[in-house]
Amino acid sequence: MAQVTTRKKTPIPPTIRKPFRKSSLNGWLFASPWIIGLLLFYAYPLLSSMYYSLTTYSILDAGEFVGFKNYGELFHDDLFWKSISNTIYFAVFFVPLSILFGVSLAMMLNMKVKGLAIYRTIFFLPTLVPQVALAVLWMWLLNPGFGLVNGMLDSIGIQGPNWLGSMSWSKPSLILMSLWTIGQPVIIYLAGLGDISEEYYEAAEVDGASWFQKTRHITLPLLTPVIFYNLVMGLIGAFQQFTLPYTMTQGQGTPANSLTFYVMHMYDNAFKYFKMGYGSAMAWILFVIIMILTAIIFSTSKRWVHYQGE
Amino acid sequence: MNAKVKKRVNVTFTHIILIIVSLLFILPFIWMVSTSLKPITQVFTFPIEWIPDPFQWMNYLDAIEYIPFFTYLKNTVVITVLSTLGVIISCPLVAYSFAKLEWRGKNVLFVITIAVMMIPSQVTMIPLFLLFNKIGWVGTPLPLIVPAFFGVPFSIFLLRQFFMGLPDTLRDAAKIDGASEFRIYWQIMLPLAKPAILAVGLFQFMGSWTDFMGPLLYLTDEAQYTLSLGLQQFQSQMGTEWGLMMAVATMMTIPIIILFFFLQKTFIKGITFSGIK
Repeated sequence: MAQVTTRKKTPIPPTIRKPFRKSSLNGWLFASPWIIGLLLFYAYPLLSSMYYSLTTYSILDAGEFVGFKNYGELFHDDLFWKSISNTIYFAVFFVPLSILFGVSLAMMLNMKVKGLAIYRTIFFLPTLVPQVALAVLWMWLLNPGFGLVNGMLDSIGIQGPNWLGSMSWSKPSLILMSLWTIGQPVIIYLAGLGDISEEYYEAAEVDGASWFQKTRHITLPLLTPVIFYNLVMGLIGAFQQFTLPYTMTQGQGTPANSLTFYVMHMYDNAFKYFKMGYGSAMAWILFVIIMILTAIIFSTSKRWVHYQGE
Repeated sequence: MNAKVKKRVNVTFTHIILIIVSLLFILPFIWMVSTSLKPITQVFTFPIEWIPDPFQWMNYLDAIEYIPFFTYLKNTVVITVLSTLGVIISCPLVAYSFAKLEWRGKNVLFVITIAVMMIPSQVTMIPLFLLFNKIGWVGTPLPLIVPAFFGVPFSIFLLRQFFMGLPDTLRDAAKIDGASEFRIYWQIMLPLAKPAILAVGLFQFMGSWTDFMGPLLYLTDEAQYTLSLGLQQFQSQMGTEWGLMMAVATMMTIPIIILFFFLQKTFIKGITFSGIK
């Protein structure tokens, strides 16, 4: 957890100490938009979501309080389990791969060569293309009949799979597509690489360290805080997968619900069938899953996250 | 091999790898632009004709007529510009108070802010929708704009990290000269934080520009739609208007690519992670 580094406080004699000194008032004033935002757009919805999850609320009628009935029903909802397993499958493969590719890409883009601005823009390109267009683009690229990918495989004598059309390849296809849009974490890795002090490398060079040794003993350890940050953010993002599979399958999660992700199922329940209570219960389960996973990552972080100057 | 030759070999090798990987990243984009200039009959030919023959510039005009392009463009620009403005106004203020001001409850509130980043937006989605529905904002762009003026946790966090890196001596000197806290912020700290503000501004701009789920939830009237939603209209039961759709996608993408290309250096400089612990 990010810790707050406060400046050393000089003790204030109790006689002068007042709950709101002038500087304290300034602090509150500066932070006031966010305090209001926090209450209005986070605290209030969080609490009401919990309440709604215990009711049969829909936009159309006020609903009634039913206790944990929604949660109980979820356990008998086959699509709920299917969507959870799809989402976990996606997260388990996507998150580690995105870290691996993200760090490698950032390291390449951090080398001092000409035309870096162009390279960086190219790697960021897919992030700038609207996701709806990306989805359609990939549907064509991966089309088994006339798509580019199978065409290229064909030219080297490989019979490509029916990517998005087959149960076993649809999720790997989606992982492939998502890996293509890792521009944002790459930017953050790049900033992290820029933060690593040159002195470490100079010292290592004096000792005759190879490129591999420098990467292994300087770059990667000092990048761990940023990897840690992207791991948490990547995991949260993976569990919120929505736009790509939704637009690609026109909300159907085809074939055979192999692309029905958790948030898609939640969206359907809440905004298609107006089962707001049921949807809220799903939202809370998602929240709890993410909280548990984040807590696990945080608890292991002391062992593998290193900070400069420690 | 002397050092000079060795260095040249290294640089060449680096370029080769970068070019190969770049191709992988840019190919689908080139396909998008190329398709936007093809007649429908050429879209599916194999092997691919990368260069359309002839260039079908009409696709752009047809696309603009197929959907109410200028209305959607105007809606997208309004939402994007206003929400970016909101983030740029509110987040530095809040971040500055977290980084440089002393006030009671600051640490607790900062920890809460970090924790809030972990809440999936879907958890707050339903109650927010119901709230906005109650006050009559569903069907207007307001839910996509107004919250930005009250701060975004990710941006506040990023800017706080940046302000933490600015020396306190600047502030102390201005204080001795009798400057008010707001003046110090406005005239000294804010100009110094430009790269970081640019970074959060660009993140917000890009997020808003291509956002799909937000407009899908809140915009009910077609006259309010954004370009992201408009793209979907090229897909119908009758099939997809590939050329036209890609023309709009290209028009949506090019301006941000240009923006990113010129700003990327400042942009990366603005993100600082020293001091995350």
